[in-house]
Parts: sequence; C-alpha cells; structure tokens
Amino acid sequence: MNAKQNNTIAQTMKETMYKLWSFPGGITLAGNKSQSNQETISTAKTPKQLIIPLSQHIGQPAEAVVKVGDKVLKGQLLAHANGAISAPIHASGSGIVSAIEEHAVPHPSGLVALCIIIDTDDYQQWFDCQPLLSDADTAEHSIHNLTHEQITTQIAQAGIVGLGGALFPSAAKLHTAEQKQTETLIINAAECEPYITCDDVLMRRRPEEVILGILLIKKVVGAKKCLIGIEDNKPEAYQALLAAISGYKLPNTEPQIEIIPVPARYPAGGEKQLIQVLTGKQVPSRGLPMDIGIICHNVTTAAAVYQAVYRGEPLISRIVTVTGGAVKHPQNIEVLIGTPIREVLDQVGVAYNKIEKVIMGGPMMGFSLPSIDVPVTKATNCLLISEQGELATPPPAMPCIRCARCSDSCPMSLLPQQMYWYAKARDLEKANAYNVFDCIECGCCSYACPSNIPLVQYFRYAKNEINNEQKERNKANIARERHEFRLERLEKAKQAKAEAARLRKEKLAKKKALDAKKAQQENDATPSDIDKKDTNDSADLIQEAIARAKVKKAQQQAQKKNTDNLTADQQRQIDEANERRNIE
Amino acid sequence: MFLAQSSPFLKPGLSVAKMMRVVTLLMIPGIVTAIYVFGYGILVNIILSIVFALSFEAFILYLRKRPIKTYLSDSSALLTAVIIGVALPPLAPWWLTFIGVLFAIVIAKQLYGGLGYNTFNPAMVAYAILLISFPAQMTTYWQTPTMLLSQVDGATLSLLESINFQLFGQLPANVSIDSLTSASPLGIVRTAISSGAATIAEIDTQGNAFGMLGGIGTEWVNIAFLVGGLVMLRKGLISWHIPVSLLATLGFLSLLFGSFELDSNPSPLFHLFSGATMLGAFFIATDPVTASTTPKGRIFYGAGIGALIYIIRTWGGYPDAIAFSVLIMNMCAPLLDYYTQPRVYGHGLDDHQEQ
Repeated sequence: MNAKQNNTIAQTMKETMYKLWSFPGGITLAGNKSQSNQETISTAKTPKQLIIPLSQHIGQPAEAVVKVGDKVLKGQLLAHANGAISAPIHASGSGIVSAIEEHAVPHPSGLVALCIIIDTDDYQQWFDCQPLLSDADTAEHSIHNLTHEQITTQIAQAGIVGLGGALFPSAAKLHTAEQKQTETLIINAAECEPYITCDDVLMRRRPEEVILGILLIKKVVGAKKCLIGIEDNKPEAYQALLAAISGYKLPNTEPQIEIIPVPARYPAGGEKQLIQVLTGKQVPSRGLPMDIGIICHNVTTAAAVYQAVYRGEPLISRIVTVTGGAVKHPQNIEVLIGTPIREVLDQVGVAYNKIEKVIMGGPMMGFSLPSIDVPVTKATNCLLISEQGELATPPPAMPCIRCARCSDSCPMSLLPQQMYWYAKARDLEKANAYNVFDCIECGCCSYACPSNIPLVQYFRYAKNEINNEQKERNKANIARERHEFRLERLEKAKQAKAEAARLRKEKLAKKKALDAKKAQQENDATPSDIDKKDTNDSADLIQEAIARAKVKKAQQQAQKKNTDNLTADQQRQIDEANERRNIE
Repeated sequence: MFLAQSSPFLKPGLSVAKMMRVVTLLMIPGIVTAIYVFGYGILVNIILSIVFALSFEAFILYLRKRPIKTYLSDSSALLTAVIIGVALPPLAPWWLTFIGVLFAIVIAKQLYGGLGYNTFNPAMVAYAILLISFPAQMTTYWQTPTMLLSQVDGATLSLLESINFQLFGQLPANVSIDSLTSASPLGIVRTAISSGAATIAEIDTQGNAFGMLGGIGTEWVNIAFLVGGLVMLRKGLISWHIPVSLLATLGFLSLLFGSFELDSNPSPLFHLFSGATMLGAFFIATDPVTASTTPKGRIFYGAGIGALIYIIRTWGGYPDAIAFSVLIMNMCAPLLDYYTQPRVYGHGLDDHQEQ
C-alpha cells in the first residue's frame, strides 16, 4: 500500500459519518509507530528455560497443580485459577518443571514473585487442545450454536486476561456483563501510546481472528451495539478490519459491528476516554463501564478469545512490540509467555552498549526495568529499548508556577497542581478531596509541566499512602471492635456471675428457710402452723430471717447441750487441748 | 542496571526558563514602540531594572542558600524587571527603579518563598508602592509623546542626555523638566472630566489626548503589545481566558456607561488602547503564579481586573489602574480557584448524563 492510498484512506476515516464526542485535555504526541509496524509478525524461538509467574493478572495468584520434576506439554495447565477473580496459567512450552521458586518478574523495583520454571525440550509437543469450533465452520452459523456458558468457560480455562494493560480476568468481566443489561460493546483498538504497534499489526495481519473474537464476545454479552474504536493514524488496520467484516455478513436482525475512527490524541485509548468519545457518556467515579451499560475489551483480547475457541489454545504467547533507538530492526514478535526478555532482545538484535533505558509498555505509562533477566508476561505489550537522548532524562524539578498546563491537559478534568500541592505537604485528606483517586496516571500533566515536576509520581504516592492509611484505620477499627467486644463479653460474664450468685443466694435462702421450718418442727413441735404457711410468700423474708436466727439459736443451744453433761475426764481433756492451743 | 525513572518518559523541550524568555522576547515590539514614543528613558529604565533585579535575586538566593545559577536562569526575575522598566515613567530617576525592584524581588517575591510562592504580582507591588510613595515622580515624569512634540513645542533627550538625567539628575542647559513632559491622555481626560472643565468633544478639539484609537502615542504602544500578546496566545504560552475576559469587561463597561453620558465618558476604544491596557491584559494579568488557575476562575479573574480598571479610571483617584486592579484580584485568586473547580470526569453524573 503506497503513501498516497494511505492518505486517501486516512481522509475517509476522518470523514466517516459517526457522531463523536471529545474529551477535555489530552496531548498530541509524535506516534513513532512506523519504525515497528511495517514488518510481518515474527516468531520468537522457544527459550531453553521458561519462567512463568503465577500472578500475571489482577486478583489472586494462580495455584500450582504441577510439582518439580513433572513433565508438561505445551498448553498444559500449570496452575488453576484461585477464586472468582483469578486466571489459570499454562505451560508455554513442553519440558520438565525444574523449579517452583521466587524469581525476578517485570517490575520497576525488581520485585521477585513465585514462578514455575520449565526446562524446555526439543519436541515442543502440544497438549490435547479441544477447540469448540474449527476454521472450517462458517462463522455466523457456528457461533450461533454455542452457548454463553461454553464460550465463557473456554475463555476462563484459557487464562485470558485484559491484554490492553488492565490484566483483569476476561471471563470474570464477561460473567458480570451477562448479569447486567449491556447496551454497547466497545472494542478498544485505539492504541494511543507512542511506539506501541502490537494491536496495529495484529489487526493488519490477522483481522479475521480479531473479528471472530469480537463476534464471540458479542454473543456472550448480547450487546445491542458493537463499536470498534480505532485511532485515525492506523489506516491499514482500519482497512483490513473493514475487509474482514465484510466477509462475515451478519443477519439484518443482529446489530452490526461498526468501526469508528477516533482522532489520534493521547490518551484516546484510555477506557474512560474512549467511552466518552464514542458514546458521550462518562463512567461514574469509582464505578465500572458496566454501570452505564457498556463493556470494553481490547482487540488483542478478542484475538485471544478466537484462539481459545477456534484452536483450543490457552493464552501462552503474545505479540510484543520491540522498538526504540537501540533496537536494530524494530518489529513485532510473537513471544511465548515466560521467555526471558534478554533472549527476545538477542533474537531481535539490540545494540546493548547503546541502551539507556529498558521500558516495558509505552513511553507515557510504561515502567523502566532495572534488569532484562525477567520473563515476558501476559502484560508485556511493548519493550521500548531507548538510546541516549531518545527519551527525556528528567531535569531537576523547579517550583510550580501554577501555569495550569497540567489541568489544561488533564483528560479527567482534575486539578493536578492542587493535588501536587497537597500530596507534597502530605495533606492526604485534601488530596483525596481533590479526587486524586480519579487520576488515571496517563502522564499528560507530567508531560505538560514546564517545571518538570513528576506529578504522576506524587499522585501514585498519595494514592498509596491513602490506601495504606485506610488499611491501618481498618486494622485499628477491627482491634477497637475486638476490644469493645471483649469488654462487653467481660461485662456480660460479670453480670451472669452476679445473677448466678443472686440465684444461688435465693436458693440458699429458701433452703435455709426450709431447714428453719424443719428446725422449728423439731424445736416447737408445732409443725402444722408452719406447714400451713406458704413458703413462696415473698413477704415472709423477715419470718425466714427470724426462723434462721431461731435455727442458729437452737444449734447453739444444741452445742451447749453437747458440753453440758461432761465427765471429769472429758473436761480435763478439753482443758488440756485449750491449753495446747494457747501455748501454740 | 539501566537508567531507572518513573513514567512518562516523554518530555517536550518546554521549561519555565524558556517560557519566561519567550514572553520577554514578545514584549520587544511594545518596548521598541514605547522607546520611539517616549524616548530613550524607557531603555535606560529597563537596563537598570534588569541589573538591579538580577543582583537582588542572586543576593537573596545566596542568603537562602539556594543554587544561584539554577534559579537565576529561570529568567523570572528578568521578566519582572522588564515589566517594571516599561511601566515606570520614562524619565524616572535611578533610585525610583532601585526602590521598585527592591520591593518587587526582595519583598514581594523572595520573602514569600521565591518563584511560584508569591501571592502578589511582584512588578505590580513595585508599581503600587512607588505610586503611593512618590506620586510626583510617578505621574509627572512622563516625556511628551513624539507625536505631540511639534504641537507643544517640547524638547526631547538623546540617549546620553537621558542617562545623564536619570543617573545624575543633570539636564542639558536649555531644557527644563516641564518642557520635556506632558500629561498622559488618561490624565488629561480624568482631570478635565472630574473638574468639569471640558467635555469629551472639547478635549478632542484640543488635539492633545485622542489619537486614532486611544490616547495619542500610547495607542501605538498598546497596539504593539497587543501584537506580542496575540503571538503568545497563538503559541499557547497563555490561555485566552484572562486577556479576553479582561478586555471584554473593560470594553463592555465603557460602552455601557458611555452610552448614558457621552459627554463625560471616552469611547471603549480609548480605554482599550490607552495607558497600559494591553500590557496589563497580556503580560501582567496573565502572570500564572498570582492568577487564578481554573478555566472559569481565570474568566472571573480577568473580568474582575477589567471591571476594576474601569472603576478606578472613571471614579478612582488615579488615572490608570492596572497595578491596583491586578493586586486586588491577586487576593481573590485562591478563593476563585476554590469555588470554580471543574467537574471531574465521572462525578455528579445524575443531572448531567440523562440525555
């Protein structure tokens, strides 16, 4: 396709008649996409060792079902989903599980996490895949025959997560969508960050897979409308999708898939921004798109759904854009999950001595890796290997001059300079009141700041601190509740004790009263009088007391009687005993 | 280990220093015109002001143990100095500039914490303090505009003579201060109207106040600053909110009151193109540090300054009013910011999203 043709396509994309809205702020960035989106998708070699982290998604880490020494086949389940929000992990190559241990994973601070390490063999034998459909099936008919349950189960078992960067387990998302009325399914094909082209080449090279994947998702969510939002700087991908859609004519009764070009302005591919541009609606703060009848999926996720349903293959590889000044031939390469980044770079060809930064993700939202001896994960959409001077090195931050470029560029209409002020002063309450939690960390404000203040970093810090504080407060609350509960329990115990004592006393009193009666019977020999009296009468307490006194007296008398008629010998013995007591 | 850094990794070449320098550069058309109209005194003012400002700034940075080179090169003191230099009367003696810059840089800016922390516009603090403390020098040392020289048979000074007067107070033998200066158009109109000496039409026939658009002489300076200001808008250095709302309010109020009393109210164009209106609207009121920052807040802020300019010019005690108007609105900026926060995405949707 030559440049002239491209221009005309781009022109038609711009003129497409579909009412679009816009989002506030945003910035125009140089795309830097042409370096990597020209070639076909190459395939990375299977490495000697695969390092597969158990947590490659939002939610609980998967739970290993293999042990060290097990032989596994390619595509075999290594770890199953642990809970409702989790995703299984599969072997991306056949071989022997050599270890299940902590290993460095892609993280800005070089964090370690539990990984399953497989020493690969030379056969690369596949596990028995069980597709629901085959490519031979005509699309509309065959998809129609599948049930929602079948598709979501297949998606869940394939370990598919949101590949646009959110990493939320797709099956869980679809499950919630099924229970709610979904108006619109939005497929995010905007890919607004510079340098990244993995979605672009996927749509160019495998448009049928994308479309079939979308049809499957559409079937599950049952949306009335299906929109693909694509930035107007991808005319080839747009064209390829159009051609692919025409191959799958849907019956007129069903909503058609519409491809909507959106103006290329960062961050048009942010979920909230794309929803705003395509529908004019806003996702409620701290809510989900589902709350306004919308569900969003990424194109790459759609392609993974296709793979799962039509091939029966779990998510064990992904397309990674390897680009940047230090890369000899920037390209998109399909890499097995768990392949060490170093081996990918070796294969692509990187001038190691020229590397300044290794960034996973794009230049606006990605993070720099301290080491390349970490594996490619489901999240790795781009490896940006920059050379000296290609990207910005942060100059020292100057004071904020309140120029408001940050708030003018904020797509969420926040006031970054105010949030910065409060975050810096650790006035977290105020930072929260200025809605720091609505920040999507797109980086527009930091980009626009003439004082080079790392605003996004301050906001990450503030969110973190607030979350920690919340946790602490929850902990304190729990402790306080426990303490209060304990006090209450003690109080209850005390009351119960007192109650028991009272009852015991009453019982004793009654018993004594009874004894007294008996004693009176013995002493006065007029039992009939007392017998007639109602012992339950409460007014007789005094009587009882008198009775008790009488009993006591009677006993004393009885004792006296005991010592009345003593023999002289007995008397002598008693005296002696008393004397002994006195001496002692 | 590779270089670790937090995202974003892209950065345009824009910096505070560059912004300040470009703004200063865009004042040059106005400065050149002002020198043409009011003589070399303006140039002397600006140079003196820059020397004083950078010296004070460096001295205070030294006292505060801040990196002098880093902060001096942010060029904010340079911009303040140039604004003070242009704003002062063309024949201002050196000590007037000295005191003004001292107040601007040392007290209004550095004592409040330096760049970004000052509540009040430093240049306007300087101007207001000088106007109150030295009203004679501030109002009468205005050289006769070049356009009026032949009409009033006035004198003018060469660059050397100007330096000699401003630094050492020595005038050439046959020249007196009175022969050099004349009242400003805004001053003439104010005096005439408030004393009831003449109506607008009568002032017009005297031919010493009204030019084509605004005041004689000052209209050209205003046009030149307007050009510089429009370039700033075009380059995205300032947003449209403050200058547009300021000029619109000033124009609207003068139109409104002018339509009641034509005799005592000059036209909106006279207000817009006299005194320091354009300099104020584009270069002074837009000082980001002391202005409101939210879109709505900036509109109120600009409108407030515009209204105050009209009120002080018409009913107040001074012929021009940029400094007082800006300072009063500086006080309101935090309040405006607080009450004009934009609706954040996804907030308050109930009344908004039901379309």
